[in-house]
Amino acid sequence: MERDRDLSELAIVGIRARGDALAARIQSAIRANEDVEVPLGAIDITLYRDDLTRIGYAPVVRESDIPFSVDGRIVVLVDDVLFTGRTIRAAMDALVDYGRPRAIRLAVLVDRGHRELPIRADFVGKNVPTAPGDDVRVHLSEVDGRDEVEVVVRELV
Amino acid sequence: MSSSKPGVAGAEPLRKEVAGRRPWNRRHVLDTDDWSREEIETVLDQTRAMREILQRPIRRAPPLRGRTVILFFAEASTRTRVSFELAAKALSADVTNITASGSSVEKGESLYDTVRTLQALGGDVVVMRHASSGAPYFVAERTDAAVINAGDGWHAHPTQGLLDAYTLRDAVGDLEGKRVAIVGDVLHSRVARSDINTLLPLGARVTLSGPPTLIPSAWRCGQLPPGVTYEPDLDRALDGADAVIALRLQRERQETGLLPSLREYARVWGLTAERVGRMRPGAPVMHPGPMNEGIEIDAAVAHGTRSLIETQVTNGVAVRMALLYLLAATVPLEERV
Repeated sequence: MERDRDLSELAIVGIRARGDALAARIQSAIRANEDVEVPLGAIDITLYRDDLTRIGYAPVVRESDIPFSVDGRIVVLVDDVLFTGRTIRAAMDALVDYGRPRAIRLAVLVDRGHRELPIRADFVGKNVPTAPGDDVRVHLSEVDGRDEVEVVVRELV
Repeated sequence: MSSSKPGVAGAEPLRKEVAGRRPWNRRHVLDTDDWSREEIETVLDQTRAMREILQRPIRRAPPLRGRTVILFFAEASTRTRVSFELAAKALSADVTNITASGSSVEKGESLYDTVRTLQALGGDVVVMRHASSGAPYFVAERTDAAVINAGDGWHAHPTQGLLDAYTLRDAVGDLEGKRVAIVGDVLHSRVARSDINTLLPLGARVTLSGPPTLIPSAWRCGQLPPGVTYEPDLDRALDGADAVIALRLQRERQETGLLPSLREYARVWGLTAERVGRMRPGAPVMHPGPMNEGIEIDAAVAHGTRSLIETQVTNGVAVRMALLYLLAATVPLEERV
């Protein structure tokens, strides 16, 4: 996935709770192929959500962990599913509170379409056509004990 | 005020519990005496995430944008008020201060009239400190805002209890079976009460120590909650303890005749390096501040390697952020009056 020029200014930041596990996999893939240790971080976007007042409960805020300066780096945001784009908007807002990256790129395992914001992924594992009401569930062995992408189609009543 | 009910005391369910979510149904934080272990742990876990925000280059996140936090301090306080102010601002809330001196409170306005004003101002959260025990309950029943008790008389100081629990757990790990000595002026201390209320559900045991005149009489006579003991000898209270919380000698609340002299108090009840050495090796020293150095705690102890007193101040901001988030961030804006 990484055809991006100079690896020395690259950093990977995964969005909790599954993007961070995918980000760690990308980091180890780069380590195996290029023998380079790319800085790895994890970001929680709960406090940046635009629907906090609509969901009816206080979602658990997890700790973000970005143990390097993002200033001047090319930061690749990693998430499991790209859907409306709202999570990515929140993640970009959170990320710039840590500094000014030279560029932000987006890598996702699944792009299921139905964007509500002008956001596009730079790296896509697989495009999966879905209906808006469908549910795309990514399971990762680190989090869920198995690797699997499941598309739950909404029942037609 | 149709939404207020008797015994509003924070137990009123606001949001339906969602499977897999942490339990949180509090509308106010008035006292932690009826909190479950799960509720306390929810706050402590959120506090950890909030602490990370305070370490970022830009120490601000947006969940309370458009919300107003009113700080109503009818009793002197610097660190608690500033701590709440920083916490509210770190979550992007607007903050307004009402202090006793220089406000209409000094001109004889009753608490009831102040509450009417607070209600009319339309704050989302009222953080209040008051010399009268129970005053936050009075306010909570008469306003639509979420009320956080920042200290009421001798009664409670729940955010101090939570920040002390967080600080202790961070320093010594799981509190199950740990023994915490709380020493000094227990009688006048809302901190002692709130510390007990948060430490016991987390599995800690508490040993109180202090001059008999400064221990509530029922506690002195053995009517103590399970898990709490009273040890009239300070050295024995400290022997093998996992941590000590020294309390401020509250001279402003003192009636005459409770103490022979300050010098004698310092000699018998002051926390010295030698006494701290009786605890388990490395056991930390805490104090809610402001300290009377040389009276209840020696300067060498207060500023020594075991002291967590400055960490308590930092953690205080994060705990208050966690509570503000839980109470106010997810309430629909259109539900406000």
